[in-house]
Amino acid sequence: MPEKFADFPATTLTWRKTNGGLAIPVPEMDEGIAAAMVCHPSKAKDMKPIALPTERVPHWQARAVEKLRELLEKYRGLSVYLDICAQCGACADKCQFYLGTGDPNNMPVARANLLRKVYRYYFKRAEKFLGGDAEPFNERVLKEWYTYFYQCSECRRCSVFCPYGIDTAEITMAAREIMACIGVATKYVTEVVAKVYERGNNLGIPAPAWIDNCQFLEEELKTETGKDIRMPVDEVGADVLLVMPSADNFANTDTMMAYGKLFYALGISWTTSTYANEGGNFGLFLNYQNMKKVNKRILDAARQLKVKRVIWGECGHAWRAAIYTNTLNGPMDFLDPPHPVHICQFTADMIARGAFKIDKSANDDLLITYHDPCNVARAGSLLEEPRAMIRATCNKFVEMPRNTIREKTFCCGAGGGLLTDEIMPIRMAGGKPRAEACRSTGANYLAVPCAICKAQLPEVMKHWKVDARVGGVHDLLSRAMVL
Amino acid sequence: MNDAAMIWNLLAALLIGFAYLSAFVFIGGLLLRIALYLKTPVPLKIVQTPGPKSAPGVVARIAGDVLIFPNLFQADKLLWLGAWIFHACLFLILVRHTRYFLYPVPELVIDWQNISVYAGFLFPIPALYLFWRRLASSRVLYISGLPDYITLILLTAIASTGMLVHYFARVYLVDVKAFTLGLVTFAPVQPPQHPIFIAHFLLVCSLLLWFPFSKLMHAGGVFFSPTRNQIDNVLYPRYVNKWNEEVRVD
Repeated sequence: MPEKFADFPATTLTWRKTNGGLAIPVPEMDEGIAAAMVCHPSKAKDMKPIALPTERVPHWQARAVEKLRELLEKYRGLSVYLDICAQCGACADKCQFYLGTGDPNNMPVARANLLRKVYRYYFKRAEKFLGGDAEPFNERVLKEWYTYFYQCSECRRCSVFCPYGIDTAEITMAAREIMACIGVATKYVTEVVAKVYERGNNLGIPAPAWIDNCQFLEEELKTETGKDIRMPVDEVGADVLLVMPSADNFANTDTMMAYGKLFYALGISWTTSTYANEGGNFGLFLNYQNMKKVNKRILDAARQLKVKRVIWGECGHAWRAAIYTNTLNGPMDFLDPPHPVHICQFTADMIARGAFKIDKSANDDLLITYHDPCNVARAGSLLEEPRAMIRATCNKFVEMPRNTIREKTFCCGAGGGLLTDEIMPIRMAGGKPRAEACRSTGANYLAVPCAICKAQLPEVMKHWKVDARVGGVHDLLSRAMVL
Repeated sequence: MNDAAMIWNLLAALLIGFAYLSAFVFIGGLLLRIALYLKTPVPLKIVQTPGPKSAPGVVARIAGDVLIFPNLFQADKLLWLGAWIFHACLFLILVRHTRYFLYPVPELVIDWQNISVYAGFLFPIPALYLFWRRLASSRVLYISGLPDYITLILLTAIASTGMLVHYFARVYLVDVKAFTLGLVTFAPVQPPQHPIFIAHFLLVCSLLLWFPFSKLMHAGGVFFSPTRNQIDNVLYPRYVNKWNEEVRVD
C-alpha cells in the first residue's frame, strides 16, 4: 500500500462472494477517524467569477440560517426528508464511505443529522424541547459540515434502502449551498466551475489545444483504420452537437475516437463546441445558480451551431445535470428530440437497428464487467442501454454481484466533487466496495461510461491490487466495429 | 358536594380539556405540516430508479411503501420483520379502537375484534425488539436520541395500559363508550373512575400532542416523499420549476 497516506482500519476487512451476492463486511464504528480528511478551501480568484463571496461573510451564522429557511421554502424534498426520518438506521451500512472509513458521520443518517440538528435548533423547537439533538450553527458545526458533506459523493445509494426514499444527496446539496452562500466551498469544485466560465470546460483546455487534440486524434484514426474519420469542432449546421466530458479529448482518447468512428459509420455529421466542450456540471455540487449557468452554455452552443440534437457523452454528472436541462434551461423544443439524449441511448438504439457491422471476437481478449456510475444508473435511469451495448460488442461479459450493481451500485468513491488528491484516503476507502466487487468477477476490463469513474477507478484498482483495466463502453464498440 | 367529588370533577374537567387540546394540536398540526409540504415546490424531478412510468404505477409504489416497506426489506430483513409486525399491530389496534368512537360499530371492526386483541398482546414484542436494537447495535445507538426512546416507551406504555384495562383490571365498557362518544359528539361526560384507564387515556393524548412535531410525521410524510411519489419521466414532457426564472445566470 502506498506510504503517503494512512489506511483506515475498516479497509482491512475481507470481502467474500456469496450465493449471487457479495457479503459486505461492516466495520466497527470509529468516531472521528475521517475528521482530518478535508478538502482544500476555495480561493478568492475562483469564487469571484462564480458569484460567491470571496471570504466568509459578516454575520455568517444568521446568513446561513436565512439560507436554510429559503431552501426549506424552495425544496419540498428537503423539508420532508428533514422531518420524517425515523432514525431506523437501515441506511447506516449502505454508504461506501462508511464501509470504507468506519466514521459514524459517514452513515447517511448521521450525515443528514448534522443538518437536522441545526434545522431542529432554529425551526423545530418542540423536538429540541423534548431532548432532540439540536445545535446552533456555529464554527464547530460548520467544520463538521465542511468535512462530512464533502465526504459524500451525492450518489444516493442510501436512498434506495430508505423506507421513505430519503435522498441524502439533496441534504448534502442543501448543506453545500448554505456553505457556499457564506463563502465556504472547496478549491476543487469552485476551480472547476470557474474554468468552465473562462475556457468552456472543466480541465481548462484552451480552444486551440482542443482543436489540436482533435486533429491529432484524426491522424491516429487514419493510422489505425486508413479512413478519413473526422473530429469536427465548431461546425455550424452539423446534425449533432456532442458534449462529452473534456477528459475524453485529453485522457480518455479511446472513447473520443470511438465517438468519431461511430458517427463516421452512421454517416451523421457532428461537432464539438469550443464554447461548451464539457458535459460535466460541477455546479451540481455547489448550488442551483451555477448548475443552471454551466448547463446553459450547452443549449447556447446548440443554438449558435444550429444543430438538430444534442447528445451527451460518456459522463456521469453530465447526465445527471443533463436530465434537468429542460427544466433549467428549456424548453428544448428547437431540438429534435426536444430532450437530452445520452450517447449510450443513441448507440444502443443504433445497434438494435443493425446500423453497424460488428465483430465481437475483436474483444475476446477481454473478460468485461460493467460498473454502473451512480449518476448514469441511479440518477439517470440508464440501466439497460450500456449493457445492451456490451452484449452486442463482446462475447465475454460478466456482471458484478447483484447487490453492487444497477440501482444498488456503489459509487466509484470520487463523485460529487471528491476527485481531488488531498482526500485520497477517503477516495480509496470509498472505492473499496467497487474494487472488491470487480475482483470477485475476475474480469480484466471494467467498462465505465463516466469520466470521473475513469479517473478514479484506475487508482482504486491499483491501490486495492485488482488487475482490471478501466475503459469506456464505446471503446469496446470501437474495437469491434468493422468499418 | 364533598371534597373528593369536587377534586374528581375538577380532574375530569382538566382531562376533557386536555383531550380536546391534544386532538386540536394533532389535527391542526398535521394539516399545517401537510399544507406546508403541498405549498413547497419540487424544483427538480428526482425520482428513485427504477421508477414508475405512469400514475397508477406511482399509486402502487406508495401503497407498497405504506403496506410492505419494500426498501426496508432490501436493507435489513430482521429490522423489516420487526418494523412490519410493529406497524401491523398498531394498525389492528387502531381499527379496533374505532368501536369507541362509532355507533353503531361497523361489521368489520366486530369481525376483527379477536385478532386485534392478539395484536395488543403481540405489540410489546416488536416494540421491545426495536428498543433493544437501538441499544445493542453501536451504529443505531449512535444515531438514537431521546425522542426515539421516548416514542417507543410511550407506545409501549399505551399498549400495556390498554391490555390492563381490557384484561386484568377491567374498566366498565359502557362508561368508556359514553365518555368517548361524548367527546366526539362535543357533549362530554365524566370519564370512568378508573386510574389505569385514565393513565391510558392521558398517554394517548400525549402521543397526539407529540405527533406533528416529531419523527412520527413519517406516517403523514411518506406520501409526500418526492423520490417515491413522482412518475419517472424526467426527460419528457418538460418539467417546470416555478422559481427557475428567478435564478439569474446572465
